[in-house]
Amino acid sequence: MGGKPPEGVRLIGEDGRRHDGRLPHELRPIHMEVGVLNNADGSAIVQYGRTRVLAAVYGPREPHQKFPLLPDRAALRVRYHMAPFSTEDRKSPAPSRREIELSKVVRESLEPIVIAEEFPRTVIDVFLEVLQADGGTRTASVTAASLALADAGIPMKALVGSVAIGKVEGVLVVDVDELEDMYGEADMPVAAAPDLGEITLLQLNGVLSREEFSTALEMALESIKTIVDMEKDVLRKTYTSVEGGEQ
Amino acid sequence: MESEERQLAGRIVVPGEPVDDAGGEEPYVASVGGVRRATVVGMIRESEEGGRTFVKLKGVYIPEPGHVVIGLITSVGIMNWFVDINSPYTAVLSVQDFLGRPFNPAVDDMSALLKVGDYIKAKVVAFDKTRSPTLTVQGEGLGRIVRGKVIEISPAKVPRVLGRKRSMLQVLEEKTGCSIFVARNGRIHLECPNEDLEAIAVMAIKIIEEEAHTSGLTRRIIKFIEEERKVREV
Repeated sequence: MGGKPPEGVRLIGEDGRRHDGRLPHELRPIHMEVGVLNNADGSAIVQYGRTRVLAAVYGPREPHQKFPLLPDRAALRVRYHMAPFSTEDRKSPAPSRREIELSKVVRESLEPIVIAEEFPRTVIDVFLEVLQADGGTRTASVTAASLALADAGIPMKALVGSVAIGKVEGVLVVDVDELEDMYGEADMPVAAAPDLGEITLLQLNGVLSREEFSTALEMALESIKTIVDMEKDVLRKTYTSVEGGEQ
Repeated sequence: MESEERQLAGRIVVPGEPVDDAGGEEPYVASVGGVRRATVVGMIRESEEGGRTFVKLKGVYIPEPGHVVIGLITSVGIMNWFVDINSPYTAVLSVQDFLGRPFNPAVDDMSALLKVGDYIKAKVVAFDKTRSPTLTVQGEGLGRIVRGKVIEISPAKVPRVLGRKRSMLQVLEEKTGCSIFVARNGRIHLECPNEDLEAIAVMAIKIIEEEAHTSGLTRRIIKFIEEERKVREV
């Protein structure tokens, strides 16, 4: 964060557009798909622009080792992992400090909405594999995990979506990408369940004034609503576009 | 079968969406924030008794006492078998229950009775989520499955394979000549006169599973079976 962007790159241009042509309140092109893996109980792939995350959900199931089990609810296990080929320079496949932390962050943003009390003494495994990283991998991960959990048929209070708000050259922008994250002044990932009006994740890296914070949160919630509506459409679409009949 | 437009048999709802006045059981419909909401992907459709009801399209099998399930022996213990019942919880079948008399290790050999990989039809005796479900094979039609074929579908689609008042199951049995047992945990046992009919029945069940949320399914299944029998000349 901070520092100067590469030569010739303007984070905010004269016309108020960002380096990739988006207006400050615009999301990157988002693509979602559910049921992409046959072996998983539920799966989804989510793209926020060039960021691409694959989510696979297994369970509720009995784990091989019994220590994660909880007597009153299902234990949620989340593994956020970046593929070695997801970044420009090869990323070591071993879990880094950052990945372990993000696994916890994503887990805590899902826990409030999963009805885990229905399946005591089981685990629900969520595997998140970042296939391509271009900023906003944790937010895309939360969205992908939410879809994959719904695809697995695990009872949830609502769907969650996630987006990051950034501050770039003094302007609040929605859905920051790698470049904006690197040279911007602030980065604020938010996850929420719009159906319930609940925020499940709020982090802030950098400095925002009180007013900026309120505006940023509002922008985030508005974008999350758009994202969750897309999630709903994708889940519905898997049923309305049955192409059966061609045997 | 020609490619015809599939009509939905109701309105699809996704987790978090209100279900209004539609009936539905916990936890698939739950009151969250004072509003009754769907918690899994499902459909709101007209119910048999009138009114509207929420039917889940996704979900796992949770055992309940009295359910008849088809289990797969996964390991042999000292005095019991561990049985995969297509549920988050592994079930336990005790050897005394299987024999119907006390077990004598000097005489009886457990692995000769049931081997890993055997399918059994069993009834759930007790389950309360704090202990593993226990099974019994004491009862008519229960015990090891010795012939036929066992297939697996999503437990959430079992009601559709049965149909209203078991109408779909009747159609399947009449049209294919198979005897079909649909267990609550999504496993189906078929005994058919020949392999072709078995293959047709399996394909028909897979179609029902995939298109459970569409209307006019029974009609399409009848047509599918009749055409398939004509092609295969059985």
